[in-house]
Amino acid sequence: MQLLSIILLIFIIICAITVAFSKNLLTAVVVFMSQSLAMSIIWILLESPDLAITEAAVGAGIDSLLLLVTLKKIHAIDHTKKEDNNNGEED
Amino acid sequence: MAKKISNNWWSRFTDWLDIGSGKLDDSMMSSFDDETSPSSSSVELQKDALRHEKDIDDIRNNILEHEQSVYDSLHTGFTSKGAKHARRFYMLAAMAFCIGIIALLLNTVEYLPEFGNPDNPVNNEVSERYIEKGMEETGAVNIVAGMILDYRAFDTLGESNVLFVAACAVLILLRISVEKEGDAAVQLEMEADDRMYEPKDDIILQTTATILVPLTLLFGMYIIMNGHISPGGGFSGGAVMGAALILYLNAFGFEKTERFFTFKTFKAVSVCALSFYAVSKAYSFFTGANHLHSIISPGTPGKLFSAGLIPYLNLAVGLVVCCTMYAFYTLFRKGDM
Repeated sequence: MQLLSIILLIFIIICAITVAFSKNLLTAVVVFMSQSLAMSIIWILLESPDLAITEAAVGAGIDSLLLLVTLKKIHAIDHTKKEDNNNGEED
Repeated sequence: MAKKISNNWWSRFTDWLDIGSGKLDDSMMSSFDDETSPSSSSVELQKDALRHEKDIDDIRNNILEHEQSVYDSLHTGFTSKGAKHARRFYMLAAMAFCIGIIALLLNTVEYLPEFGNPDNPVNNEVSERYIEKGMEETGAVNIVAGMILDYRAFDTLGESNVLFVAACAVLILLRISVEKEGDAAVQLEMEADDRMYEPKDDIILQTTATILVPLTLLFGMYIIMNGHISPGGGFSGGAVMGAALILYLNAFGFEKTERFFTFKTFKAVSVCALSFYAVSKAYSFFTGANHLHSIISPGTPGKLFSAGLIPYLNLAVGLVVCCTMYAFYTLFRKGDM
């Protein structure tokens, strides 16, 4: 159990660094999501299943969904749009 | 030597982060683009819209030229030698500041009480009372539910209200008033904005949704209704149910969800749940503070309908959270519900 929590904590730190340094926003969102999942397992290991359920539902589910929708809205994950519309920065 | 290797490793790591996923995106996006062909709008509408778009493009180009000239005139001031030194000093100062703050925070961690130590200041008479008398007084087996919906029910009411207010703020910012259907320019803009983009009939997604959505809704309901018996409660269960609704929307489109969830539903459910919470909790606070006899009894701990008001309050919070989550998503996507 000790080993598992250490592995998960290291995983969380790696995820956090990855999110900070990744230039691709889609990657950042997906890595953020996996960090939330690892965090929810850690909550279970700390004997607070209430928080674990909430973290899994909100952190990994709804949060990343909203972030993905926002990325789509600001055309951050739409590469084809940039090519034919290079000047479309103000909208 | 070691530095070189680590440098190499670092650059490969960032390359993998940026390019690896970028390639995938491009191929995915191009396959998407092949499918999107002008289908619904007729040729007449398109011509009209194209003319409109040309005007917009001219205005846009003018603005961009103006911005470019302003940027150039500002930028030439920053490339002199003194500015370079100033920037280097600025960077060094920022790094020193960051390292100082990190050292300070790490130093503070040493003074925190040891994790899980029974003599910690957290383990005072308040938590003792919750653990020893919680089940007897509230009737909830899950002490957390007893705490947040009985001892500290006022906090939870505030939390639900915060969610509702956040949804209202998003409504004010993102809601778009009903547009005229026939206007070609408006329709093109809506398509470009991804607002009316309906999911294609994706068999994989739809089959998965058919299987998963009822189960997820049931699981969310289970978490809510068993909030006083097992871990869970209104907030987490509501979030699970909201996620199920969002999956349903993504698989089948707005047309299907509008049959049962519109702006009216959102208003009615949220307001009813919040006022039920406020009124019922006001009653129990009033009777409790004045030592009056309350008709709400804790019941037998462990039963589904026990623990006084807690299951109903859980249901109210769950409904508010579910509606709010779904409303956030639809408002972000479409600007309406």
